[in-house]
Amino acid sequence: MSDTIKQRPGPMRLVDATQYPLPPAAWVSILHRVSGIIMFMLLPFIIWLLDKSLESDVSYQFLADVFVGGIGAVPGWFFKLVVLALIWSYLHHFTAGLRHLWMDATHSVSKQFGRTSALVTLAVSLLLTAALGFKLFF
Amino acid sequence: MTTQNYGSKRVVTGAHYGLRDWLAQRVTAVLMALFTIALLVQLLFGAPMGYAKWQGIFSTQWMKLLTFVTIVALLYHVWVGIRDVLMDYVKHVGVKLALQVATIVWLVGCGGWAIQVLWRL
Repeated sequence: MSDTIKQRPGPMRLVDATQYPLPPAAWVSILHRVSGIIMFMLLPFIIWLLDKSLESDVSYQFLADVFVGGIGAVPGWFFKLVVLALIWSYLHHFTAGLRHLWMDATHSVSKQFGRTSALVTLAVSLLLTAALGFKLFF
Repeated sequence: MTTQNYGSKRVVTGAHYGLRDWLAQRVTAVLMALFTIALLVQLLFGAPMGYAKWQGIFSTQWMKLLTFVTIVALLYHVWVGIRDVLMDYVKHVGVKLALQVATIVWLVGCGGWAIQVLWRL
């Protein structure tokens, strides 16, 4: 008993996870957190976009120009890149959330469903991100 | 005498907020999803995109109320999520508490700003 405890490597840390080949469900889970943190940190930027887009037609146009010409030293493409990160974050978080709700509602907790739905989540969020990214940049 | 620790005698200290937050996380998520659908439907149909249309969408009373509810739901959702992340990765109690307090201040500040933007219309 005590020998078994001694042999245990201790609690798994976040860095330990990177030493294993991760299944798709693990990627979806990690990216769910990453996308949530990205949106949390960019909240003021999101509200700034809402603020300027709604304030007046002048500020709306100002915002539209920012995405082309930038502000000061910050170029327009950088704003587009940040928005693209937000688009991906939202789509991944949304799709992965629907996966959770589906699993809760239907008790679909088999290993195979976990794998298939994780791959579907990654495919849907990445394809929609690509489509909206294309619309954003071109 | 053995202590009974189930049923009505269960000791509820510790992570007893688990189920409540688990459920809240899902209810708030559904609210935000409904808001997303309501916004998308209005964006995709009707007049072409421009300031008049965008401002018009957010100036109806029902949309203001739905947006307000979504903001409140979002604040709670983000709080539960960030607190989970902090609980998992930040071991030092003092640092964790400081980060949790900072998260609440950050969220309440953002919430106030968003609601100001909404009701100025």
